Amino acid sequence: MSSLAAYIEGIGLLGPGLDGWTGSVALLEGRAAYVAQTTVLPAPEGLPPAERRRTGRVVKLALGVGLQATSRAGIDPASLPAVFSSSGGDGHNCHEICQTLSSGDRQISPTRFHNSVHNAAAGYWSIATGAKTAANALCAFDASFAAGLLEAVTQVTVDGTRVLLVSYDAQYPPPLHEKRPIPDAFGVAFVLAPSASGTALARLAVAFSDLPATRMSNPALEPLRASIPAARSLPLLQQLALRSPGTVNIEYLDGRSLAVELAPCA
Amino acid sequence: MSIELLIRKFTAVSCIGQGVRATLEALRRQRGGLAPCAFETAEIDTCIGEVAGIDAEQLPAALRTFDCRNNRLAQLGLRQDGFAEAVAQSAGRWGSRRVGVFLGTSTSGILQTELAYRRRDPVSGALPADFAYAGTHNSFSVADFVRQRLRLEGPAAVVCSACSSSAKVFASARRMIEADLIDAAVVGGVDSLCLTTLYGFHALQLTSHGPCRPFDLARDGISIGEAASFALLERVPDSLDAEAVRLLGVGESSDAYHMSAPQPEGLGAQAAMRAALRAARLEPGEIDYINLHGTGTMSNDSAESRAVAALFGSAVPASSTKGATGHALGAAGALEAMICAVAMQNDFLPAGINTTRVDPSMGIEYLLENRPGRIRRVLSNSFGFGGTNCSLVLGRAD
Repeated sequence: MSSLAAYIEGIGLLGPGLDGWTGSVALLEGRAAYVAQTTVLPAPEGLPPAERRRTGRVVKLALGVGLQATSRAGIDPASLPAVFSSSGGDGHNCHEICQTLSSGDRQISPTRFHNSVHNAAAGYWSIATGAKTAANALCAFDASFAAGLLEAVTQVTVDGTRVLLVSYDAQYPPPLHEKRPIPDAFGVAFVLAPSASGTALARLAVAFSDLPATRMSNPALEPLRASIPAARSLPLLQQLALRSPGTVNIEYLDGRSLAVELAPCA
Repeated sequence: MSIELLIRKFTAVSCIGQGVRATLEALRRQRGGLAPCAFETAEIDTCIGEVAGIDAEQLPAALRTFDCRNNRLAQLGLRQDGFAEAVAQSAGRWGSRRVGVFLGTSTSGILQTELAYRRRDPVSGALPADFAYAGTHNSFSVADFVRQRLRLEGPAAVVCSACSSSAKVFASARRMIEADLIDAAVVGGVDSLCLTTLYGFHALQLTSHGPCRPFDLARDGISIGEAASFALLERVPDSLDAEAVRLLGVGESSDAYHMSAPQPEGLGAQAAMRAALRAARLEPGEIDYINLHGTGTMSNDSAESRAVAALFGSAVPASSTKGATGHALGAAGALEAMICAVAMQNDFLPAGINTTRVDPSMGIEYLLENRPGRIRRVLSNSFGFGGTNCSLVLGRAD
């Protein structure tokens, strides 16, 4: 189990009050105060205008963090197999379809329909970057980040390839919001490599653990971690920002966790 | 490249039959299960592949929060062919934490949400109190349900990549077993009829009027179906029965082309098939039968035939079994892989029914009638929205 490991070469991050990895390090280290702000999503790069108009919030989010991570790693995004993981996909799009289907006129828009697939972000990513590699699209409810991380690290280890992991979630509008109260958009991405390179930021090793998930000591960040599935990654991001060795536990299934052991690269 | 796995047990439920025996019987008789759409309140002039008896399926009281058409269909599947018992045996041998669950679905229990939207509070707009998001709507609900129903505690995830979902789960399971995180995996797909897909494909003008006719000159779209299909995967033991079926390779790719239309030359499909053959260490000539994705739309079948012809020429017999089962979307990959397993164990190549006149531009050998014969290795294709492609190679042990 301890052999399940990967090197982090790039990080992408967008969330409420979190604008990019570099811009969030001071906050995660505890050197800067948290300033609450609605997540700012970038325009989707790389897509033809027709496709660009069709993208919803989660696609902008996933593309945004994915490109941040590949750019930091200095890797052509088209070269990477990718694992996309999200609990709910595009909540607004889903709401619009359910609303239309419950109305007198059930004609839903073709674009809404093809955007309703859980792998929409993976599809737009491949169109935007030209990636013809394998792309997975996972869901594991609140464990979606951990499931994505496990899938990606397993792929890195077993297949000996670099992998891009993108985990993202955004809010549903009412009335679904009351049933699944995700407050805002949060996305995180990692470029993971099978061996150390000059660009590696840290080595991570993953193992199943019976311990509960690590919480954020920062009272402004813990509610984010607890309310957005993709933000379950925050303890890992904090440990990375601290640039010190340590183990964090990321929420997985049945109240258990994935223990992620981090060792910064020199 | 990658390890082979044994399919220790498998089962399938679709509109052509519940369980392996009924499925085999329908395939042998070239009998389809498509009928004019009378699902729920849908008013669409198309044929669908509805599974009988889902409404009568009752979940255990402790798992009521999962109650929806999709999970009832899942349970109907688990009850066939002694599948649940085989999983229990495997869990007893390896430990419940050493058995993973990786399932594909496209819409999970979204029908429950569609129905709940009709029951919104007229004043507040709120959804009814009995609507259970996590157990029905969320894509993970089917894996969560199956895991709890089978009392498994290993790693789990749902692959939700549209119509390639339940083919891709084989890749996830293979990697987890190869990484020694688990010793066995329940893989498969469960996808059930709902208004989103019926009206969605209708909006795209992709639903056929009659029962779908893949690769026919006059094909006019898909017939939406539903299915639950499961396989129990383990490492290949030292000795095997001759008719045991193994997973030899999985290949995946992305089109990077369009959200709902395939790359016209089928380049992505070709890449997935090549990757699957490479993983299986096989040459195209070593494949005895191809179960095509073959949805029955003009563009899909045309792109797939180009991809197949480019790689295999016209020498390998092929068919789409969607004329019989309809397109089970997120469950199609697993359903068709299990149809391949049934065919391999019973020495026949299944016909693509409903099709009468194969589109002459296709350039592949399309089977209009069942053909008796030993098949040792098959390739099964599954492609989906977002340009996602997955091919599986399965083989007999002998």
